[in-house]
Amino acid sequence: MKTLLDIRDLRTWYPLRSGLFGRVRGHVCAVDGVSLQVRAGETLGIVGESGCGKTTLARTILLLAKPHSGEILLDGRDITAFDAAERVAYRRAVQVVFQDPFASLNPRHTILDAITEALLAHGLISRRERRETAVGLLADVGLGPEALDRYPHAFSGGQRQRICIARALALKPRLLICDEAVSALDLSVRAQILNLLESLRTKHNLSYLFITHDIGVVRHLADRIAVMYKGRIIETGPTESILGAPQDPYTRALLEAVPVVGGAHNAALSINRVLPEKAATSAT
Amino acid sequence: MPPLLQIEHLSVRFDTDDGVVAAVDDVSFALNRGEILGIVGESGCGKSATALAIPRLLPMPPARLSPASSIRLDGLELTSLPVPALRALRGARIGMIFQDPMTALSPLRRVCDQISEALRLHRRLSAAEARHLALDWLVRVGIEDPERCARAYPYELSGGMQQRVMIAIALCHDPDLLIADEPTTALDVTTQAQVLNLMQALCRKTTALLLITHDMGVVWRMCTQVAVMYAGEIVEQAPAPAFFARPLHPYAIALLEAIPSAATRGRPLRAIPGQVPSALAWPGGCRFAERCLCAHPDCLTQHPTLAAARSDAARLVRCPYADENTP
Repeated sequence: MKTLLDIRDLRTWYPLRSGLFGRVRGHVCAVDGVSLQVRAGETLGIVGESGCGKTTLARTILLLAKPHSGEILLDGRDITAFDAAERVAYRRAVQVVFQDPFASLNPRHTILDAITEALLAHGLISRRERRETAVGLLADVGLGPEALDRYPHAFSGGQRQRICIARALALKPRLLICDEAVSALDLSVRAQILNLLESLRTKHNLSYLFITHDIGVVRHLADRIAVMYKGRIIETGPTESILGAPQDPYTRALLEAVPVVGGAHNAALSINRVLPEKAATSAT
Repeated sequence: MPPLLQIEHLSVRFDTDDGVVAAVDDVSFALNRGEILGIVGESGCGKSATALAIPRLLPMPPARLSPASSIRLDGLELTSLPVPALRALRGARIGMIFQDPMTALSPLRRVCDQISEALRLHRRLSAAEARHLALDWLVRVGIEDPERCARAYPYELSGGMQQRVMIAIALCHDPDLLIADEPTTALDVTTQAQVLNLMQALCRKTTALLLITHDMGVVWRMCTQVAVMYAGEIVEQAPAPAFFARPLHPYAIALLEAIPSAATRGRPLRAIPGQVPSALAWPGGCRFAERCLCAHPDCLTQHPTLAAARSDAARLVRCPYADENTP
């Protein structure tokens, strides 16, 4: 399989400022030397707990955060060397669906505006074509044309997430980053959205970078998994081998901690052995 | 022995500008000492309203209980109890743990003061004694450096540490009933495992635990009894092992099948079509009928009652066709 996105030794550091003049006193190394590849047509799951840097990684790939060092290559070309026009094309190729569908849609924009704004900004359609295009995009995610002139408040969480997906697909991206895209949804709706994402992947030949803390979700849909901890990727490989026979003690502890129907009744506490700083606050 | 907590015909209504929201509708269950009852359901199904109604923590108005509602703790009727008597129960015999410890703890007071306050509310203790006991509790909930934690403000602690403080406050009077409303939803899985273990370890053999959650895995790990709620009603209630071996209500079956896992790899999940009906006007027949894959024509008109399953009298299910439903 061809490599679509190639990330090499990426570091994204946030400055810690303090004092009257906001002098930089140090850095938070949110992403600290991450290398990974997303192949064309695959789903790469990134799992990790809060604060491990998975969202910062997504933001860096989306050019929403500036990397401190490292390379991001799309089709083998380094995007930091891109000129303005190429950057625009890159932004079209990489789109995102965020976690909270309530916060990621502007309450004062109709669904038509939300879905077609990017298309107009990129000059891909004329004003006259926008309704027709939007109807097609909504149909793709299972919503009818009557949604177009409504505002986000009229929709449930699951429907809003469908709208966010339609908006992300409007620019015909090649890589869709889903940052906890189903975490805020109820179980029955989550299943609907996961099925939708899976059918869209084959239909549009998409690659997914699926960022989540839910092991069940990646177990269900990821081809490969990368486990992140403290800004680094500690283990990566095919889903079956990572989840079936994890090599790293942290991965093992993480998997044991997940309560699964049919699994163990007592929460395993090997987490205490592998994470000294977590063990410091653990049960006696 | 009579059950510790006996709830009968509990109905919670909210009067809103849009109309009357029937959040909880005729819910009845009993909880014995030593049992752990998990109430599961999706958002809006009424599980939190049920939990909050027990210590009468719902704001009234807009909330009100229907006249038939009865909540008895050890035979004591809570729905008509005068407020001072109720205050003597809250925190002493009924402990509560909420979902978000950051909003449940006061941001302006140190951890030690908050535990001491809870202690002194129901026991005559000097400030020094209370402080001593509070530190003791911080040790018991597994906080490594209790002195430092005691001096800290909640914002200085991680989510897991805050929830441990909440557990200390909830358990410091050794309550008969502990109500935990999504206690680990805001936490990471490794922290969740630790907090769940802690709750299990610290509850007495005679404490009854009411655990509100949307996570079937947590129910599997913790609970002895399960009640599944949908659209304000209990649709299935059973001992946990029997429930997980063979769920009977179509909604419970669908909910368990919608969980993504290794077994569902490579095929679509069995999603539940449609969405939960509006709480302003529940459908007349079975509330799940429109989304049910095994609905019969009369399901749309006949509202089913919660009745003993034919195959197992110890289980209650709100579906006349439950024994024919196959997962």
